[in-house]
Amino acid sequence: MSEVKFSKEHEWITLEGDVATIGITKHATEMLGDIVFAELPEKGSNVEKDGTAGVVESTKAASDVYTPVSGEVVDTNQSIVDDPAKINEDPEGGAWFFKLKIKDTSELDNLMNKEEYDKFAKETSS
Amino acid sequence: MEIKKTSLNKLHQSKHAKFVEFAGYEMPIQYSKGIIEEHKFTRSNSGIFDVSHMGQLFIYGDESLTEELEKIFPLDLKNLKQNCSKYSFLMNEDAGIYDDLIITKIEEGYLIILNAACKDKDFEILSNLLGSKFKMNLDNNRSLIAIQGPKSVEILNSIINGVDQLSFMTGNWFDSDNKKLFVTRSGYTGEDGFEISISNNKAEKFVENLIEKGAQLIGLGARDTLRLEAGLCLYGHELDINKTPVEANLRWAISKSRLTNGNFIGSKKIMNQIQDGASQIRVGIKPEGRLIAREKTKIFDDTDKQIGEITSGTFGPSVNGPIAMGYVDKEFSKVDTKILLEVRGKKHPANVCALPFYKKNYVKGVN
Repeated sequence: MSEVKFSKEHEWITLEGDVATIGITKHATEMLGDIVFAELPEKGSNVEKDGTAGVVESTKAASDVYTPVSGEVVDTNQSIVDDPAKINEDPEGGAWFFKLKIKDTSELDNLMNKEEYDKFAKETSS
Repeated sequence: MEIKKTSLNKLHQSKHAKFVEFAGYEMPIQYSKGIIEEHKFTRSNSGIFDVSHMGQLFIYGDESLTEELEKIFPLDLKNLKQNCSKYSFLMNEDAGIYDDLIITKIEEGYLIILNAACKDKDFEILSNLLGSKFKMNLDNNRSLIAIQGPKSVEILNSIINGVDQLSFMTGNWFDSDNKKLFVTRSGYTGEDGFEISISNNKAEKFVENLIEKGAQLIGLGARDTLRLEAGLCLYGHELDINKTPVEANLRWAISKSRLTNGNFIGSKKIMNQIQDGASQIRVGIKPEGRLIAREKTKIFDDTDKQIGEITSGTFGPSVNGPIAMGYVDKEFSKVDTKILLEVRGKKHPANVCALPFYKKNYVKGVN
């Protein structure tokens, strides 16, 4: 499995073959607070890089979830729809959002690595 | 304009509050544990709320003041006993609501608790209505602390002996540690609790004392989920100048004896609406599934006709599901009516339901 990459919209992505797994970062969950609702893209649908691919809602507000790469949705994580609190508990592990079959792996090139993202998150939240 | 701070601001900071601006004040939206934990702690234990941004208006006077206030508020103030409180509204001639408030008859006159965003305008309106005959003081030297939840009575009574004798919607002056405190048994969470009016310079130490006894500070975020579960209105959301108490389904707050002769500001409209019915009415709404319908969500019937709008919507931690309140055309206001909510371009099923979502735990009251 590839190195974890991060987007400026606070998604993380890993790649295994041509299938990417995408979720939201721990930092994002800390900014959102308690997550109480999650909506995921439909299996079989196509999503475009930087387009909306889901929604999370905290007790306070709704936020869009974006996809950092384009592709076809091949799997979604129903367990976070049934129990959205899991997203706060394990955002960068068990609480992944969706898996995409991607065409263009070069879309990952401009994403940040962990060190770059941590720095970005720190700068943008202060 | 510079943002205002309450006398507990430093204490909030020391407890890692996240702040928001609310009605010109820097107020804590939540602390480190988050809204759901804070909400549940209040329901099971005892939560402390800094509500010092709210207005504490003292109006001094005797029976002539009572007579003047009866021309303004739809209450039977002549028969209200000293130290008893009532929920009421300040209205215009069309019964549009300027503010909702709690009024308590005290020895010196009346104490009225006003919403933070409305208090200055309320003061102006009341000053114009009452003239210069009565001394009025919108007291900025006092903080207001609410303590809510089942363990609050025990905790507060260990600091201010005797508060456990208060019944719901009554209050009194208490002396504690040489402080003069006005304590009412009331609140806005659906739990048993108290509101304490205390000098600004004593407030921080008082709250630290409550924390030592086991209570915890709770932010405005949980205050909102708690009041919504309890089916209580929030000014600027369920209530505003374009809504009347009848439309807001708050008829119970209008004293029956005042409905025969009226003679208060807005009485004509209210009596007409009671007779003919209001065209829209506030209801509780439960979306099916986990969908959250926020404020301004449009409500439809099954023929695609818009029949109303959501005024507050969130996730209710104690109900463990989404809850909302809104206004619908009266023919859709019956409990169990199926309605549709338009969220992110799609219509989702929901049901009109009885309020409150969460059953109250108040102690028995005298009035």
